[in-house]
Amino acid sequence: MDPQPNPVAYQDQVIRQFSVMTVAWGIVGMTVGVLLAAQLMFPALNLDTAWLSYGRLRPLHTNAVIFAFGGCALFATSYWCVQRTCRAPLFLPRLASFTFWGWQAVIVAAAITLPMGMTQGKEYAELEWPIDILIAAVWVSYAVVFFGTIAKRQVSHIYVANWFYGAFIIAVAVLHIVNSISVPVSLTKSYSIYGGAVDAMVQWWYGHNAVGFFLTAGFLGMMYYFVPKQAGRPIYSYRLSIVHFWALISVYMWAGPHHLHYTALPDWVQSLGMVFSLILLAPSWGGMINGIMTLSGAWHKLREDPILKFLIVSLSFYGMSTFEGPMMSIKTVNALSHYTDWTIGHVHSGALGWVAMISIGSIYMLVPRLWGKPQMHSVPAINLHFWLSTIGTVLYIVAMWIAGVMQGLMWRAVNDDGTLTYSFVESLKATYPFYGLRLAGGLIFLSGMLVMAWNVWKTIEPQAQPQRGALPAGAQA
Amino acid sequence: MISGIVTAVLLLAFLAIAVWAWSSRNRERFAEAARLPLKDDGGPAPAACCRKERQP
Repeated sequence: MDPQPNPVAYQDQVIRQFSVMTVAWGIVGMTVGVLLAAQLMFPALNLDTAWLSYGRLRPLHTNAVIFAFGGCALFATSYWCVQRTCRAPLFLPRLASFTFWGWQAVIVAAAITLPMGMTQGKEYAELEWPIDILIAAVWVSYAVVFFGTIAKRQVSHIYVANWFYGAFIIAVAVLHIVNSISVPVSLTKSYSIYGGAVDAMVQWWYGHNAVGFFLTAGFLGMMYYFVPKQAGRPIYSYRLSIVHFWALISVYMWAGPHHLHYTALPDWVQSLGMVFSLILLAPSWGGMINGIMTLSGAWHKLREDPILKFLIVSLSFYGMSTFEGPMMSIKTVNALSHYTDWTIGHVHSGALGWVAMISIGSIYMLVPRLWGKPQMHSVPAINLHFWLSTIGTVLYIVAMWIAGVMQGLMWRAVNDDGTLTYSFVESLKATYPFYGLRLAGGLIFLSGMLVMAWNVWKTIEPQAQPQRGALPAGAQA
Repeated sequence: MISGIVTAVLLLAFLAIAVWAWSSRNRERFAEAARLPLKDDGGPAPAACCRKERQP
């Protein structure tokens, strides 16, 4: 398979823009995360300003890392994957450009309104109604571009990665629109049309499927394209990938109630959520095994290729957190884990270990191709980034596991006369060292992102002799 | 009653998908589909390393 000129004129400008912004928003979102981790240790770091208070910055952190960093990575990789595997240029490239600028506008609006305290108060869906409408417009445009490209395809088969990306796009549209329905009372304030237990259920139907479709199905699409591509061999079992797809999307929708164990939600709904969460272990591990086994017979590549390390280790973290998740959804385990830092550890094992690392690996693959370079400026720097990410993630999740289990045990300890053994502040004091460890883990992970920014900049900076008719202008977008 | 029927139908649908995916009639087709990402833009993965590029 020797290199040959592309017969198809792919639309790559929008991918360049999204790739650069993936790195930029990753640094912004993770910096806010590090600041929040520091505030938990040193509350004075809110500097006595409302804008920098924990309650306002926390949604900024989650929105920035999930929707800005993760979102840009998904846009970039899906636009790349769908064009290459369909052998067709993007449908309506101008609309694709709108998805870029529209999405950046959403992120900037979030970064302004959330610190000002404008919020709908729904986790991962905090943004007020005018921004929600813009998100819906961008998302529908995204769907038009993506499915339009599939409709124009020149190969009859739709590659499995596109099925995952497609499910992610459709599901997120449905989730976002249903959960965000609200009654505006002014430009900056609205009230959800749902109330009470229904509101809670709708919110966590949204919330968990944001995990299932945004943070899982979308990134599995990435996995099914970039792991085989970088390994240079086809996916371990294409048949397994088909069963993986249908099983995953059928089961995920029902798992949301595990966020509401021991609440006013009807008991049977809680049990249903738990059972479906347990079933989810099967498709999740099927997908992980399919990805990792793609390397079977070529394990030596892991030693020499740091990008492959990112991709494969991300799958190991995916396997870990999709084992941990079902375990935590069991009611008796949840009785210990819920509301403790264990949950935070679980989330970050998925978010840093799986989502961020597979995105980083994919962006390292895309950048040289997009700018027509033979490879990244510095391969040892990718390796350094890999170790910073891995060590940072492990420190973070180990700290939160220990802290979480300890908090759970302290909170439920009772004396013989039925009084609580520990006051809340005692558990907080005991958590203090682990907050320090978590801060260190976050800082290490963030420093890896700075290495990446330097490496990406050195790869794409204009004066470094352009080849293959690359357009470095997108670098500043 | 209805929920039982729905559960049974969904279970059968899942089994049907599995049987379809592994039927020998589709072996060739899926093997070819799996190679789609490898054939797309000609060049081998340029991103890092390596001593040897991938085999055809």
